[in-house]
Amino acid sequence: MNLRLSFKFKKTIQIKMKNFIKVTAVICFLVTAASVQSCTSVKEYEKSKLNDAEMVLGNRTIEKTELSFQSYREGSSGANAGKVGGGCGCN
Amino acid sequence: MKKIIISVIALFGIFNAKAQENTNSEPSKKLSLDEINLVSSYYKQDGNNSAVTGGVGTEKLTDVSNTIDVTMVKYDKKLRKNKFDVSVGIDHYTSASSDMIDLKANSSASRSDNRIYPALSWSRENEAKGSTLMAGASLSSEFDYQSYGANIGVSQKTANRTGEFTAKFQAYLDQVKLITPIELRTGNSTGGEHGSYGTSGRNTFALSLSYSQIINQNFQVEFLADGIQQTGYLSLPFHRVYFADNSVHQEALPDKRFKIPLGVRANYFFGDKLIVRAYYRYYTDDWGLKSNTFSLETPVKISPFVSVSPFYRYYSQTSAKYFAPYQQHTAFDDFYTSNYDLSKFSSNFYGAGIRLSPKNGLFGIERLNMLEIRYGHYTKSVGMQSDIISLNLRFK
Repeated sequence: MNLRLSFKFKKTIQIKMKNFIKVTAVICFLVTAASVQSCTSVKEYEKSKLNDAEMVLGNRTIEKTELSFQSYREGSSGANAGKVGGGCGCN
Repeated sequence: MKKIIISVIALFGIFNAKAQENTNSEPSKKLSLDEINLVSSYYKQDGNNSAVTGGVGTEKLTDVSNTIDVTMVKYDKKLRKNKFDVSVGIDHYTSASSDMIDLKANSSASRSDNRIYPALSWSRENEAKGSTLMAGASLSSEFDYQSYGANIGVSQKTANRTGEFTAKFQAYLDQVKLITPIELRTGNSTGGEHGSYGTSGRNTFALSLSYSQIINQNFQVEFLADGIQQTGYLSLPFHRVYFADNSVHQEALPDKRFKIPLGVRANYFFGDKLIVRAYYRYYTDDWGLKSNTFSLETPVKISPFVSVSPFYRYYSQTSAKYFAPYQQHTAFDDFYTSNYDLSKFSSNFYGAGIRLSPKNGLFGIERLNMLEIRYGHYTKSVGMQSDIISLNLRFK
């Protein structure tokens, strides 16, 4: 009985998590789209924060192996400005 | 004598020209070292759904990887910035599942192996025009898999330099060694530790498009889209599939796959200390697999030279239409796999990193200007879990 309840609880949490991710993704997309509409010109001397190492668009160098194992252990890959093929990843 | 005078005048001219360059503070036209990155990682995983044993059995694996990446810069006569990048990576892995290619001998060739993957890349940036040309070549070699890659690309900044469009074409020509599970080997494919195996080709062609945009002084975004076409032998020869009648077969998958991943990144600098890095990707392919990926990283600047970055990544995918668990496929199926990487699951990946970049270098070495350590724990809803720890040293 307890096991069944805990399974149901896990399932509910999973569904809620998925809905949360979907809603967050849609909100992020809408906010981003709205922001692109209202973007302003930024001069070179105003780019100190944009040029910060943590603000780099793209993967960090240290993420190299993480991205490899994720592309091997998951069915999807790409859209992360990295490699899209090569290497086996079969084990 | 005449020659000597001409030579002296010419040398004087060169020195004079160099002196003029220096007074104009133009960038050096000599090839100079920009930075060197050393990245080392230790990865380990475990689970009970190995594709080598038909979707049941250990997935235990460890991998130690080391890469060195050297970037050099040279400005040409037209003051275009040429960047040259040379990298070499070496992985050493041990895989318990690969050991089960031969169920009895416990000594298959892929039980432990090394992979070496050198790569070269070049880019030429015309700062005046805001355009960049890029090209690269790569190789990945291990016992049962060879991959030759090449890429070419171009990017162009917008007139006000707040946006940049990039298009890149990548091609990988791979060769898979046809190592069959021991019980399915015929006279022609016996192979063995020192024997010869046949090979089969696998080609990947991809067009990657991206557009990045600065929104304001604190905020920038990037949109990414890839179209990836794979053809050739897309199965793996040593993956077993057990049918409902308990007969064993080699994995069989279609020889074509078209993938479309679409992504968006957004980085925002809140105040002076907090940065939010967000990423979302939607993926679909013609094998029926769809996925959503969402990740969030929040670097906190403890001081101008130290930052701590906790991160979380959520991933979920639907099953590929050719997947079924152990003993679920039947002889009516044209294509079949019991590889749980193509099953329906969700995964969570979380951890943290710390980055030190003091002004005067680390450990008294002035050139060692950055050290980063990052740890992550990964769990799949189908039971697999893994840990990874990485170290990045940067010399400048």
